[in-house]
Amino acid sequence: MVESLRFRDATLAKRVVEKIRRFASKQETVKICHVCGTHEWTITHFGLRSLLPSNVEVIAGPGCPVCIVPASEFDEAIQLALKGKVVACFGDVLRVPGSKMSLLDAKAEGADVRVVYGVGDAVKMARREKDKEFVFFAVGFETTAPSTAVEIVKKPPENLSFLVCHRLIPPAMKVLVEMKDLSLNGFVAPGHVSTIIGVKPYRVFPEVYGMPTVVAGFEPLDVLFGVYMILKQLSEGKPRLENEYVRAVRQEGNVKAQELMKKIFEVVDDNWRGLGVIPSSTFKLRKEYETFDAQLKHGVKVEEGVDIQPGCKCHLVIIGKIKPTECPLFMKACTPQKPVGACMVSNEGTCRIWTKVSQQI
Amino acid sequence: MLVHVSVILMCLAIPAKVVNIKGDGARVDFGEGVLREVNVMLVDAKVGDYVLVHAGYVIQVLSEEEALETLRLWNEILDAAEA
Ligand code: SF4
Repeated sequence: MVESLRFRDATLAKRVVEKIRRFASKQETVKICHVCGTHEWTITHFGLRSLLPSNVEVIAGPGCPVCIVPASEFDEAIQLALKGKVVACFGDVLRVPGSKMSLLDAKAEGADVRVVYGVGDAVKMARREKDKEFVFFAVGFETTAPSTAVEIVKKPPENLSFLVCHRLIPPAMKVLVEMKDLSLNGFVAPGHVSTIIGVKPYRVFPEVYGMPTVVAGFEPLDVLFGVYMILKQLSEGKPRLENEYVRAVRQEGNVKAQELMKKIFEVVDDNWRGLGVIPSSTFKLRKEYETFDAQLKHGVKVEEGVDIQPGCKCHLVIIGKIKPTECPLFMKACTPQKPVGACMVSNEGTCRIWTKVSQQI
Repeated sequence: MLVHVSVILMCLAIPAKVVNIKGDGARVDFGEGVLREVNVMLVDAKVGDYVLVHAGYVIQVLSEEEALETLRLWNEILDAAEA
């Protein structure tokens, strides 16, 4: 899209940075949090932090949907694979450590673990290979959950079930804002999650917590304008909810997707790796669709797992309390080839994103 | 480059142009000759629309009008600031 190139216009970027500096000079320290792996990628890849004044910090929250799935749910996927089911998953989850091993380790032991581009591929495979039992490992935030819902509503083949591990972003943002020692001053809300859920679910942040909140897109200029809008709100002393990403995010979101998710899933409390149990933060299949629940169908339920491996600081990285480079294992004992924590595996994990940039430098 | 990197990022929905639609399926063009079959059940898309594709599913139709409007607004904001 030609338009996307213009969202990288360097002159415009320079001008908005100047504006940011002017607003920032009137503030003490400003800590802005985003909750999306793709925002972290844009910020790190384009070196946006180095353009910001020293009193403006942008930290990465729990924006990696793979990193926050607890080890117990990986253990379930691994058990299913070792029991002879074909586990279809996104490539990002393969190397993520469960309590004792990863899906890749299970594959090395002979399990049938297949990487797919989306849930639709799992449906096609299950249709083709009727003699095998398939499980789709459904990981992802609100951006991905509608695709799982689409396939379930279309009645998937009988030999396919779903390990539903979707998580919802606004409840996690609530946890962050309530962590008083994080002292946040503003949120950059995730663009693509918002294409689905719309703008309304973030109202609580300015209205109840006095937190400027801006839904932003993923081009460098989107992020810079998001930061600019937050600083402007701070300087005016009027926290509000704004949408910078209007070309993709409608006020009401994607209503079709919302209705479909509501039909298929109910919202329950559940554990997030490194964050603990978050109220109303997880999807579970509704009773009518229980026949597609892999846990029930195959009798797997792992209550507890080892979420954080010894020495790993993922629980601090995912709330932006420390930078990956502050973890003693970063690029020493923990590398993309031999990851210790989940944040080093997924392309949306903060540690993984930071290694890519350090390699480029 | 962006498209290449985007493909490996699970969460990044990538813009593509709808080439044709048949029922719930559509063929979209990511540019540079990268064509893909995607599912359009979640949106009301038509041929020629720019859409956001995530893991094989179109999650939203992009508004070119809004994109241009955003750029216009940004320039206006920055000009006003400099005046
Ligand atoms: S560098 Fe590795 S061990 Fe350290 S926090 Fe990141 S994932 Fe965990």
